[in-house]
Amino acid sequence: MGPPDALGHFGSFGGRFVPESLVRACVELEQAFGSAWQDPRFHESLGEILRSYGGRPTPVTECHRLSERLGVRVLLKREDLAHTGSHKLNNVIGQSLLAARMGKTRLIAETGAGQHGVATATAAALMGMSCVVYMGEVDMARQALNVFRMELLGAEVTAVCSGSRTLKDAVNEALRDWVANLDDTHYCLGSVMGPHPYPWMVREFQRVLGDEAREQCRELLGGADPDWVVACVGGGSNAAGTFAGFASTSARLVGVEAAGGAAMTHGLPGVVHGMRSYLLQDEAGQISEAESISAGLDYPGIGPEHAHLADIGRAVYDQATDAEVLSAFTLLAQTEGIIPALEPAHALAWVVRNAGTTIASGQSVLVTLSGRGDKDVAQVRDLLSGDVGSGQQVAVDPAGVPER
Amino acid sequence: MREHLDARLASLHSAGRKILVAYLTAGMAPNWTEMLQALAAGGADAIEIGLPFSDPMIDGPVIQRACVRAIAAGTTPQGVLSEVARLDIEVPLAVMTYYNLVFRAGHERMAGMMADAGVTGAIVPDLSLEESGPWCESADRHGIATVMLVAPSTPEERARLICDRSRAFVYAVGLMGVTGERAALAPSATAIGERLGPLTELPVCVGIGVSSPSQASQVSAHADGVIVGSAIVGRILDGAEPDEVAAFTASLRRGLDANARSAGA
Repeated sequence: MGPPDALGHFGSFGGRFVPESLVRACVELEQAFGSAWQDPRFHESLGEILRSYGGRPTPVTECHRLSERLGVRVLLKREDLAHTGSHKLNNVIGQSLLAARMGKTRLIAETGAGQHGVATATAAALMGMSCVVYMGEVDMARQALNVFRMELLGAEVTAVCSGSRTLKDAVNEALRDWVANLDDTHYCLGSVMGPHPYPWMVREFQRVLGDEAREQCRELLGGADPDWVVACVGGGSNAAGTFAGFASTSARLVGVEAAGGAAMTHGLPGVVHGMRSYLLQDEAGQISEAESISAGLDYPGIGPEHAHLADIGRAVYDQATDAEVLSAFTLLAQTEGIIPALEPAHALAWVVRNAGTTIASGQSVLVTLSGRGDKDVAQVRDLLSGDVGSGQQVAVDPAGVPER
Repeated sequence: MREHLDARLASLHSAGRKILVAYLTAGMAPNWTEMLQALAAGGADAIEIGLPFSDPMIDGPVIQRACVRAIAAGTTPQGVLSEVARLDIEVPLAVMTYYNLVFRAGHERMAGMMADAGVTGAIVPDLSLEESGPWCESADRHGIATVMLVAPSTPEERARLICDRSRAFVYAVGLMGVTGERAALAPSATAIGERLGPLTELPVCVGIGVSSPSQASQVSAHADGVIVGSAIVGRILDGAEPDEVAAFTASLRRGLDANARSAGA
């Protein structure tokens, strides 16, 4: 997975579809990133922060009990153990260092579930920058605790009341802020989406997790690469970082979308948020809302490089239903003592469904566990009990998983 | 007979008249086509018809609200263009649309639909110069003038390239920000008119942040015309009747004409 072409295209996807007012800012960011990424001192600072502050490298855990249950060898890349509890920190530390290098003093970000917002607020606190996070009004109500987390970290959370009042509208609002405040503000976009250079830059900042995982897998697998590499995809940043580490190996790459937000499966090519990619949209081209159990995957598009990887057949994209996800969530909790975020539970759900069939018995699978599930526990309790806050004992059956 | 945007603006420009382009979001009110007539009656030289879009990234709250209303009312690009085709209106019409609506329809098909509707101009604000080739070719083939935008942040050499690719007029973005009314005119609104004038033979019209007769007047001392959108759309959202919209348009017209007189004196 190399750089896109000079105009930011990955095959026929990507590009820079922004109002003229933003073109110069995108060009400056592209140049700044290009030069920083060539600069050993930048890599040194970034690596040092990710180590001493971010908790990298995160381990790869071999899941013995789950593997026995599924009949395939499951390895987890543990981004849940990174600071702030997800892979999001890799990107925001990279972007905030770059912002500082560009002389910016203010970070803005969009957030859906709140993970990227929390990560950006964290980076802003660390770097001594001011921070505004745009979050749909609907999402703020769903993720009240994360709103408070961001505020604790000193960020201002601004409710987005336009459009569908969710993640896609938060992206629009952040772009609107950026265009008016280019002098001091960096837009810290949270995924491998948006106008060039974001899809490329964010993938490069997330590449660390794929590069680590490849070497860690080789140690565990006696020098071999896993047969399968599986990651969940909303915009697709953890998947892009993971795939970047394995694209040149023989591993088969699988991206798993939420069934209610499966832009690759149900979408059509289109242009929004500065990029051409697959988008959920109606016949005329109005963008639809994504809706699933996991707010972090509720994005109506997918990063343009994923569209390209699907086009050339290097990766395949599938989906997981809410029911499969809940089942995988509890399965991992009860077989391995790891509560995953609902987002990577989609990747696990795909493995559970395909173990012993598509994934032949005995094959090895690396799953990127992109985040921890603490944020989702209350929601899962409600979903499993079907009764909000009853406090009653919930009989959890990791349903449908055949014993072997 | 409706005149072509390109021809009409060229003749106004050479006659020294300051150009008033009025914007309206299609479908934002049940009587939106009457509003178009009101804009023409009030003295607009051309009308920009906005196709409502779900994600109007460069628009402020007023036009966002108009888009939400229009889409909720079932407005579609095809529906708008077939209504426009039936309109008896003489001022030239341009369509303002985000690129996805064009891309989804297909360049050739959208350009053909616009031409069939008697639309002679198109403004696609999120279609950057680098990505504009395929659309511009289709538009050229169908006699649709694609108006390109230049921003205060656009470097000199790029501004020249954009002006070269623009047809009918150059849309000079008056400030770094989204569409919407501002209490005071940004210094960038007058500066960009001065900057672009020498780069092109086309009239340079300034839009975004130009909303009152006095702002229109101020800007037109430094440019060939203005584009007013949110001030009109906001009045309609607040319940203005067509005659009130015509009266407001006429006040913008007077602002421009007063300036033209003093400039000519």
